[in-house]
Amino acid sequence: MALYCQFESSLIGGYNFELRLATGLEAVGIYLHLGLNGISMPLFMLAGIVGFAAGMYAMFSKAERPHLYLSLLLFMLGGLMGTFASVDIFFFYFFHEFALIPTFIMIGVWGGAGKRGAAIEMTIYLTLGALLSLIGLIALYVQSGADSFSLITLREYLAARPIADTVQNNIFALLLFGFGILVSLFPFHSWAPKGYATAPTGAAMLHAGVLKKFGLYGLLQIGAPLLPAGAAHWFPWIVWLALGNIIIIGLITMAQKDVKMMLGYSSVMHMGYAFLGIATFSVVGVGGALLMMIAHGLSVALLFMLSTCIYHRSQTFDMSSMGGLATKAPVLAAFFVAGTMASIGLPGFGNFWGEFTIFAALAETEMTRWIVAPAALGIIISAIYGLRAVANIFFGKPTEAFADRINSDEIVDLKIHERFPALILIIALIVVGIFPRLFSDAANGELSQLYTSRSTLPIIEINAAVPKTVEAHKEVTH
Amino acid sequence: MNELLAEFLRSFTVTNDWAAITPEIMLAVLALGLLGAEMVLPRSEQGLIPRLAIWGQVLVLVVTLGFSAYSTVEGQSFFSGMIVQTDVTQIMRAFFLVSSILVCYLGKIYLLKQKLPRTEFFHLVIIIAAAMMLLVQSSNFVMLFVALEVVTIAFYVLVAYCRTSSLSLEAGLKYLILGALSSSILLFGIVLLYGVAGNPELSFSSADSLNFEALKTFIAIHQDNVLVRIGAILVFAGICFKIGAVPFQIWVPDVYQGAPTPVTAYLAIASKAAGFIVLLQLLTGPFIGLASFMIPVLSFIAAATILFGNFAAVRQRNVKRLMGLSGIAHAGYLLVGVVAALSIPEAKYAVIFYLVTYLLASFAVFAVMSHMAGPDDANQELEDYENLARKRPFLSGVLAVGLGSLAGIPPLGGFIGKLFIFIAAYKAGLYGLLAISVLGVVISIYYYFGWVRVVYFSDSKDSAQETAESLCSCDRVVLGALVVATVLVGIFPGVLPIVQ
Repeated sequence: MALYCQFESSLIGGYNFELRLATGLEAVGIYLHLGLNGISMPLFMLAGIVGFAAGMYAMFSKAERPHLYLSLLLFMLGGLMGTFASVDIFFFYFFHEFALIPTFIMIGVWGGAGKRGAAIEMTIYLTLGALLSLIGLIALYVQSGADSFSLITLREYLAARPIADTVQNNIFALLLFGFGILVSLFPFHSWAPKGYATAPTGAAMLHAGVLKKFGLYGLLQIGAPLLPAGAAHWFPWIVWLALGNIIIIGLITMAQKDVKMMLGYSSVMHMGYAFLGIATFSVVGVGGALLMMIAHGLSVALLFMLSTCIYHRSQTFDMSSMGGLATKAPVLAAFFVAGTMASIGLPGFGNFWGEFTIFAALAETEMTRWIVAPAALGIIISAIYGLRAVANIFFGKPTEAFADRINSDEIVDLKIHERFPALILIIALIVVGIFPRLFSDAANGELSQLYTSRSTLPIIEINAAVPKTVEAHKEVTH
Repeated sequence: MNELLAEFLRSFTVTNDWAAITPEIMLAVLALGLLGAEMVLPRSEQGLIPRLAIWGQVLVLVVTLGFSAYSTVEGQSFFSGMIVQTDVTQIMRAFFLVSSILVCYLGKIYLLKQKLPRTEFFHLVIIIAAAMMLLVQSSNFVMLFVALEVVTIAFYVLVAYCRTSSLSLEAGLKYLILGALSSSILLFGIVLLYGVAGNPELSFSSADSLNFEALKTFIAIHQDNVLVRIGAILVFAGICFKIGAVPFQIWVPDVYQGAPTPVTAYLAIASKAAGFIVLLQLLTGPFIGLASFMIPVLSFIAAATILFGNFAAVRQRNVKRLMGLSGIAHAGYLLVGVVAALSIPEAKYAVIFYLVTYLLASFAVFAVMSHMAGPDDANQELEDYENLARKRPFLSGVLAVGLGSLAGIPPLGGFIGKLFIFIAAYKAGLYGLLAISVLGVVISIYYYFGWVRVVYFSDSKDSAQETAESLCSCDRVVLGALVVATVLVGIFPGVLPIVQ
């Protein structure tokens, strides 16, 4: 099983960069059509990297019934990769559900305290979101008149005959709120922190890191390009809800005492930036959202993993009762600080480019310029809770009970099987941070095709020099 | 060789009306043969009877499939318009045979446990199968009523089969009274239609006014006639009793709980399917002229059925009642498909597909329930399933797949069934019903998942040491086949010929 996991991941790193394959499984206008384009390829790789790290970590964790656990993780990974590789929007949905079911099972079986409630809340919430988006996809299929679920065919049909505006508005609403629930858009986020707090590490890493990106991916690959008028109609909603994510959830995050709850809320909060990026509807903004998704996936997976490592050493998730852990576990501390910095958006990590390009896109037009201020406030908020968490856990004076633990010999630094997956994630983060072009070039090519051909929108402002802007900034940082 | 066989079968069926219903005749002979065998066979050999029943039906199934493969003549009628065979009826014949074979299999497990007489049970199950096969082929109200009454009367006996159990007797009585009421309502509706369509004062009246074709032409002209409308409504009310749609669902939980588990399965699956096919055939046949009048009525019934079934099932702890109430919800989704079939004809295949996935998943669940049943079959509570995953991992796996498919979770068959219904509903423009269906599915996740949770995630570990009797290999084969079929239909829906 371990070998299989490694094999699968090495496969991804290897030859899937430009793979396009079509297998015809015939069933009522639905074909199992797999392929990768500039948008899905980075996410596909993200799934591979995070899945590899989660699998590595899970292999050496002391979970009950390890075989079942690992096979569920692999099921989840298989579903994730299938989702991002699907050209057929039916299979896109199908694989997503395929990945979702193991999540519920893993939370139900291996979850922490309160797992029953969390598992069922998550199941109901996510099923509702998934069904809404399914209806949206069916609506798209029927209204396009294409008689096919293939994204390529749908694009061609819709480019030739766009759907009427009011219908677009309705379908986009279904997709926005359906996917929004899956991505924990502001008022529909309550499942996320609880679910992640109770989920076992592997499930939390894969779900928060990768599976949650499904909704955003759906919006930017399917929703926004195919339904431009709908997207324009719902633009103010997206902005306000995304700001809700950033500011309100940010403030809630500051109030958290439990490490995992804090991470859960912070991952909800950062989704706001991705939504803002999509809302700009420009190549820069959407590209930024994509970078944000990847970098966030890596950093949140890293942090969830490290929080479990912390728990193994401190036997508590309560930050206020910890302190001074860095003296005994310097490597753990270094990794955690790096992860936190990344999630705050420090230059050098991928998250910086995501946030930066989203802000750049927002600032580009008069209409959206004001959003930059509240959104930037979110960075300050995340710096506050991130640094405070670091300070509470690793530095400062430990509480008396905790000091005893620290002074006993029980606490050791990260072991090799913990270091290795963490290192993979960090390296990936830094690679994205230093060399974002790796992803952005391919994505730009695809995105500029999808997002330039519309000209009737009030908010699009296409900047042909976009890729160059990003590069220029990159050179500055060098 | 095949050519010859095909030619022979074709000439056989085309020239002879009786040959067209060979499977039904074979079933009747088999049923009588079982009674005879009980008298002839010595006591020690009585164990043969269930096997005879099951394998005999498998043979009939093979014959039926052979007939439908070689000699389908679309819309051919027999016995001067009493019976019409279409591709739908051929599929449904196989459907009823499969379900009665599975019911016989469940009955074998159940009767052995409860120490009840066996032969009559199999006899009645087979008679019901034959009658349901005729029911879906009937093209005349007399035929329809007679076939329906054979089904219903046999069910009266079967529901009260466990005669030492007061719950079973209570269920039998309730089913008898309400069934008789519904039959009389149906009959009243038929009589009204007969009377008005046979009235020579009206144009297009017909001497053969019970025939579906004659009624179709008559009703298309006289859509606004009050008697036609009342008659149609009464006929629908009668059928809604059979499928357990709101507001005629009141008997369902009690009867499902009291009846022996195999009979519950039979009621929930085959009887309901028969009701739906009859409904579809009436709506797309004689009552097609009333479509604009029926769509709002049926939509309302569908919405109420989905909501009632799901909300009532949420608080249920008795698993048989839970299956009954959730079955009401499934009837609601199927009704959505039926309403869609009024505007887009291909929706009827969505309904049939849904019925097939429902059959596979429900039988998996009912089979597990039969294996789990203690001495008191009627009172299976959710608590009895605690820790099942540790005690009997195979059964709990089957249960999880069955429930998952009923809840409509991919990659299981139930998901594809729901998908087809949703697509059909969207194409037909039934947005309100679609929204209610989605709501219903989300609610249903709660109770299905709750059951799975009890099986897999229960915390109490005290009763884990209970000894569990092992399953024989034949049980494993049947249950495994149901699970494999459910997954296969979900991953590759093309295996079913219905998907064109």
